[in-house]
Amino acid sequence: MKRKNKRKISYQQAINEALHQEMERDARVFIYGLDVADHKSIFGSTAGLAKRFGGSRCFSTPLSEDALMGFGIGAALNGLRPVNVHIRVEFLLLAMNQLVNIASSLRYGSNGKISVPLVVRAVIGRGWGQGYQHSKSLQSLFAHIPGLKVIMPTTPYDAKGLIISAIRDNNPVICLENRWLYWIEDHVPKNLYTVPIGKGRVLKRGADITVVATSWMNVEAYDAATVLAKKGVNIEIIDPRTIYPLDEQLIVKSVNKTGHCIVADYDWLNCGFSAEVASRVSEKCFGKLKSPVTRIGFAPTPCPTTRPLENLFYPNATDIIRAVETKLGLNRADLSKEKFHTWENKFKGPF
Amino acid sequence: MRSVSKNKKKPALDFKKTESKKLSLATKLILYRKMFLSRKAEEKIQEEYKNDEMKTPMHMSMGEEAIAAGVCTALGQRAQIFSTYRTHAVYLSSTEDIKGFFAELYGKDSGSGGGKGGSMHLADPDKGVMFSSAVVGTNIPSALGAAFANRHFKNKKIAVAFFGDGAVDEGVFWESINMASLWKLPVLFVYEDNGFAIHTPASLRHSYKNIAQVVKSFGYQVVEYSGADVEEIFQLVRSSLKRLDNGPIFLALKYYRYLEHVGTEEDFSAGYRDKNEFLKWHRKDPVKMQRDKLVKLGLVSRILKLEQEILDKINKAVSQAKTDTLPNPKRLYFGVYENEKEK
Repeated sequence: MKRKNKRKISYQQAINEALHQEMERDARVFIYGLDVADHKSIFGSTAGLAKRFGGSRCFSTPLSEDALMGFGIGAALNGLRPVNVHIRVEFLLLAMNQLVNIASSLRYGSNGKISVPLVVRAVIGRGWGQGYQHSKSLQSLFAHIPGLKVIMPTTPYDAKGLIISAIRDNNPVICLENRWLYWIEDHVPKNLYTVPIGKGRVLKRGADITVVATSWMNVEAYDAATVLAKKGVNIEIIDPRTIYPLDEQLIVKSVNKTGHCIVADYDWLNCGFSAEVASRVSEKCFGKLKSPVTRIGFAPTPCPTTRPLENLFYPNATDIIRAVETKLGLNRADLSKEKFHTWENKFKGPF
Repeated sequence: MRSVSKNKKKPALDFKKTESKKLSLATKLILYRKMFLSRKAEEKIQEEYKNDEMKTPMHMSMGEEAIAAGVCTALGQRAQIFSTYRTHAVYLSSTEDIKGFFAELYGKDSGSGGGKGGSMHLADPDKGVMFSSAVVGTNIPSALGAAFANRHFKNKKIAVAFFGDGAVDEGVFWESINMASLWKLPVLFVYEDNGFAIHTPASLRHSYKNIAQVVKSFGYQVVEYSGADVEEIFQLVRSSLKRLDNGPIFLALKYYRYLEHVGTEEDFSAGYRDKNEFLKWHRKDPVKMQRDKLVKLGLVSRILKLEQEILDKINKAVSQAKTDTLPNPKRLYFGVYENEKEK
């Protein structure tokens, strides 16, 4: 991940920069949603946009998610390029009808005559103690629907490049941004660039086991890789970056090489993205597999608020390490001295 | 976002005082032509539907023709209509695309949506029908976004949402009514009130007596009308359009649904509504009423010519639709995503 450009900025700043630059480049782009133009500016990601581009291109709205999604669809049909923001993915559920019944289907139902170039940003995942309505991820739910695209950038570099691609895409694109990733820093070029939707990337090369990880699970996988390397195990981390359309080739190539596959998904397992990956790996790598595909994800419960249970709800590096050990028949390492990522000190709430 | 309309506030609406510009004979004939087309196209559907070649659920417009023809004629090519599943009259009045209409009902390649939409999703964005939605009320907010874009591009297009008295039971209606007024969006709301949502009367669904009064309290310019005179509806719409710069307009129009909710037959025997009510409205049938007016004006020969042309077109469109090709299996996969780069 070394680049010539040495500037480091955070994920939140990368999103903000992408929006600034795209709105500068294209007067048809506008951004709207609950509190996008207030002083908190969606964890900083929409900061300065209203001041720079005016209240008709960046505006806070009534709490009417359903109609607001329809509003975006109508504006998109007529040539604007709306970006609709949800500070929690749970609020986006209020607009599911517009997404699933209308945005996803208008192009198909009109026999290709019209398109809906709409971007929907939603913040996902863990804060602390956020409870069962401010904590989900739901990529599998959205990716299930033909006509929608779903991106899930992990690094600031990808966040900027994928959001720019999403704005320029002529289809509805849902961008799921993990709350904890907002603090991650990375080298991000100042110039406009795109990361193609539908292309994954190898986050870390390795020969022993393929770990397909989504969103924050890439951070956990990276931590796991560091610990496992000490034991001489090299895992390969694949970040699909796009949930749909999926870069199946990249995953298949890696699993054919390693013969083992763990899917560490930031979502529930049942009928989920991890099941999709497992199924495709079984279909395409059957003869090469040395072990069945292992899946890691949320506990099959709503998300609890209290800390010890919340810790158990979300999967982490330890889960990945244990899965690798099981696969390779290794003894369980003593992890008591290991330091894993925690935002304990960063995230103090209230939101 | 604040309203960006900088136009001087025009005086409040008073449609009773609005002087109706006299309609030209040409306009009167156009209004009749659109209504006659809708009526006869649906009578043809009634004839043919039993053959089970049109495999799509029909929500018939009969009774509604004056609203569709009046609104669509007043808007002309400026219209950008967001319609419902009961859209035959709106589609035909807006596009007069008889071939595409029947081919779509027969599920053929040559249909306006290549057979992908059918009766409930008739659309032709180039001819003013943006899309038709079959989940009640869900088309409404898109008219707001379209109006927002029209204001941005200053393209003189007019966004229109058609919906019935069932749609106003949905939350999205109230969200939309609030937002359109708050942002002074130039949207024409066409509320087609037939008193029933599926089979349930408004009295079992609405806590209020008169929605026009409720909507007024959101700051709307409201026009109420009960009747089936297409010329009056045309005039109401035409004079309303001049006020769109002031913000959205709500047209509350009563009509009577002649047929069952879905299907091509009468359903008075079901007992949920009184046939006498139908007979009362049918005495003022919009198509017949307009025809009588034109006859009084001595236009018999022009009417007969126009009617024959429409009937010929309908018959031709139906025979053509029957023989047109069905979509190739490959068409199943076409049109889900647009793959080209940005337009």
